[in-house]
Amino acid sequence: MASGSSEVEEEEQERMMLRDRPEWADVTPVPQDDGPCPVVPINYTEEFAEVMDYFRAVYLADERSPRALSLTAEAIHFNAGNYTVWHFRRLLLESLKVDLHDELEFIERIAAKNSKNYQIWHHRRRVAEKLGPDARNAELQFTKKVLSVDAKHYHAWSHRQWVLQALGGWEDELDYCSQLLEQDIFNNSAWNQRYFVITRSPFLGGLKAMRESEVLYTIKAIEAYPENESSWKYLRGLYKGETTSWVNEPQVSSICLKILSSKSNYLFALSTLLDLICHGYQPNQDFRDAIEALKIPDLDTQDLDIASMICSILEKIDPIRVNYWIWRKSRLPQVA
Amino acid sequence: MVTVCNVSFMAMFTFKMGELVTDKHVKYILSVEKRKDDFESVVMEHLRMNGAYWGLTALDLMGKLDVVDVNEVVSWVMSCQHDSGGFGGNVGHDPHILYTLSAVQVLALFDKMDLIDADKVTNYIVGLQNEDGSFSGDMWGEVDTRFSYIAICCLSIIHRLDKINVEKAVKYIISCKNMDGGFGCTPGGESHAGQIFCCVGALALTGSLDLVNKDLLGWWLCERQVKSGGLNGRPEKLPDVCYSWWVLSSLIMIDRVHWISREKLIKFILDCQDKEKGGISDRPDDAVDVFHTYFGVAGLSLLEYPGLKPIDPAYALPVDVVNRIFFKK
Repeated sequence: MASGSSEVEEEEQERMMLRDRPEWADVTPVPQDDGPCPVVPINYTEEFAEVMDYFRAVYLADERSPRALSLTAEAIHFNAGNYTVWHFRRLLLESLKVDLHDELEFIERIAAKNSKNYQIWHHRRRVAEKLGPDARNAELQFTKKVLSVDAKHYHAWSHRQWVLQALGGWEDELDYCSQLLEQDIFNNSAWNQRYFVITRSPFLGGLKAMRESEVLYTIKAIEAYPENESSWKYLRGLYKGETTSWVNEPQVSSICLKILSSKSNYLFALSTLLDLICHGYQPNQDFRDAIEALKIPDLDTQDLDIASMICSILEKIDPIRVNYWIWRKSRLPQVA
Repeated sequence: MVTVCNVSFMAMFTFKMGELVTDKHVKYILSVEKRKDDFESVVMEHLRMNGAYWGLTALDLMGKLDVVDVNEVVSWVMSCQHDSGGFGGNVGHDPHILYTLSAVQVLALFDKMDLIDADKVTNYIVGLQNEDGSFSGDMWGEVDTRFSYIAICCLSIIHRLDKINVEKAVKYIISCKNMDGGFGCTPGGESHAGQIFCCVGALALTGSLDLVNKDLLGWWLCERQVKSGGLNGRPEKLPDVCYSWWVLSSLIMIDRVHWISREKLIKFILDCQDKEKGGISDRPDDAVDVFHTYFGVAGLSLLEYPGLKPIDPAYALPVDVVNRIFFKK
């Protein structure tokens, strides 16, 4: 009731203009002050304009009352992007000592129609902050709901990261990432979250400790969809700060060879092999054979060292980035 | 001889890549600025300052800033300033760092920098820097690398960059660098082209680009180009005209713009135009808006599309405006 929820639900039925509501009879609405052009509204705009005129009145008077709180709810329903309304609502929540659990519900209703909106997410965070560790499960649930509709929702992920760091809940997060990746292995946000968890979770021991199991996981993902940019990047990221270990890890070079040998979706396998070579890896004859077996047309591979050959192939199979591959070729370590 | 060459270059350009219907876009932008009554305008009224920056900068890039009433715009901008020094999104709106930058940029476009009380604006922004070097958007404390860029860009324009703790600001931005070379909104946040623009821009303006792995980031950025020639903001997402700005300006700032296909991107942006009513949309055949119109035109400017003024990739203002800011006596 304090958050004006019942009033707002009536929106779908006959909505009464504020000027006709007895509880607002003492207020003079303040019109928008921005120009000489007279307003010629259509109905919906007239209702919205009226709400904003009344909002301006209570805002300027700094009226901290339940009716003002209800009014902010109405204004937000019309336009969830109006940050001044959200600010004032926060002041009202404070003054009226509103039960913030109700507020979480209010935000969830608004978010259902407006989720790509910075104001909603910031407001949610402010409320959750005040509720503290109690809010943890609600926040994880809320973000999960939003992500179930849009698994790459940037605000939801950002909020979720804040929740984990401020309120906890790390224990199930790696599993959650796995679930999302099972639904869509190409979800870069889920891969990013996975990295976030393995590097920051107080329960997992850090990147080094997680490396072995994560390499296995990632190799499987690469095998399934070798054209997945995220999985290759993740594999590289597992060796952050330890390039030599990455170069010397047999699983890394062998997955490149495996994908090349499959002759399908081998672009990232080639570019990874190229990176390995540039960091000192010395591929054996198997690699050369696999590359030649690709039978790339118009490619004279006779005298080329393997790295130059890879660059030439990439110029052909990734033509939109031809300049990048030409540059890579120019930067190859000199072959003896 | 030069004229003949230019004409045939233009002809070839237009034939191959399609045409930028400048006049239609100018008409569209002016119609949006005038509209105050329809639902869309009322819903956007709190961010009119951003809208003004998008519309006016696009007009300036197309050489048509003079069709706007300078005094009307400037007096409206100034009426949005608060005692704190910050600007609101419109009259009667609370101050926020977002609108403070847009206000300063709009005044710069009109060469009205003398109207800015630099100390006041500086105070407002300095007050928003946190202990860890990050910046909040306003008194309510939202932190995002967008605000780092805004603070640095705004203070740089008013020649007060030394008033914040630049070292800490840079340190915070670097803490948002990810293993793929990109940057997110906060430490650990997913790399996103918009956030990358903000971080790279901020690092550029503070002379700290040496802290960026340009080769790694350059590759991440050029991987944003999809088959249609458009750019997306993250792996496996749809292309959007606004990324023509975020990705492109980032690539230019780190000297790697030649890694994307210029022709294909130009064609994509031109395909996003509404050639009848004017305006540019996020992708072909969608509804147009001022935001995407600005980013499409700005992107084309970065790509040196003929007939557009050059734009500075870090300040996101026409180069002649930036020159005026820094070299005018």
